[in-house]
Amino acid sequence: MKKKLKKFLRGGAAALAALMLAHAALAKEAAPLAEDPAVEQRMVKITEELRCLVCQNESLAGSQADLAKDLREEVRGLIKAGKSDDEVREFLVSRYGDFVLYRPQVKPVTYLLWGGPFLLLIAGIVALVRYLRRRNRQLTETPLSEEERQRAEALLKDNRP
Amino acid sequence: MNRFTWPLIIFVALVGLLAVGLNLNPREVPSPLIGKPAPDFKVAQLKNPEATFSPQEMRGKVWLLNVWASWCVSCREEHPVIVEYARKGLLPPVVGLDYKDKREDGLAWLSRFGDPYLLSAFDADGRVGIDYGVYGVPETYLIDKAGVIRFKQIGPITPEVMEKKILPLVKELDK
Repeated sequence: MKKKLKKFLRGGAAALAALMLAHAALAKEAAPLAEDPAVEQRMVKITEELRCLVCQNESLAGSQADLAKDLREEVRGLIKAGKSDDEVREFLVSRYGDFVLYRPQVKPVTYLLWGGPFLLLIAGIVALVRYLRRRNRQLTETPLSEEERQRAEALLKDNRP
Repeated sequence: MNRFTWPLIIFVALVGLLAVGLNLNPREVPSPLIGKPAPDFKVAQLKNPEATFSPQEMRGKVWLLNVWASWCVSCREEHPVIVEYARKGLLPPVVGLDYKDKREDGLAWLSRFGDPYLLSAFDADGRVGIDYGVYGVPETYLIDKAGVIRFKQIGPITPEVMEKKILPLVKELDK
């Protein structure tokens, strides 16, 4: 009985090892190492901030669309050709427009976009202050009469444990 | 003015804003190339691999560059419109750009659905497409005599787009 169990366990371990090896081999196949890690790293850094126009809600770095693959290849080429990050972005913006940038540039057409939230915040604060001031004015202080004071006293006394 | 006036005004404004926003087509991204010179390229022709095509050959003419592909579904919707208008002689020269296609597939597609093109340039690796900012085939560029892009249609050309946008602009540019 013990022998059988041992054999079974040994068989299981061998199978597991084989499976892990196979998995490692597969994993290697699934993620080919880039020829130049430095180029790859810069490419990913740039394309993470760019929109894929085919799928729109995915970045150029993450999209599996054909065009995104082509553009990543293009960006790799530009980096290898010694272009700066800004030049690479400019290359794509000049072809696909500002829409490819997830972080819009600050320029006259985008002032409202960048400043809008702050304008809304200021408007909200102004409205709140005005409302509170008006309410303050309406709440005029009226002192309690002697009778009311005694009633309040009585009520409070009742509630005391 | 009662206490509901302002919330009502804000609500209506918001509904208006959202209604406009929802009716915009997010796929139509204005091209930064409008008003700019059409990017130059030189690629082989589809039907005649030895011959090349370059937009410079079209200088002095108003012309259309129609990006298509045999794998593109909306192109089938658009193609009959181009064929029909070209047959009636209403169109300026139309140059096709067969985008990221296989040569034999492109040729088969043309013989099956008709060939309204002056010629088709063959952009096998999509490089020309990148220079033109193509992101969804079909796309069509209207280029004037000086080689400047004047209009871009993203997605299929419908008879309405043809009548209301392309043809009037062609007439104006042709003067």
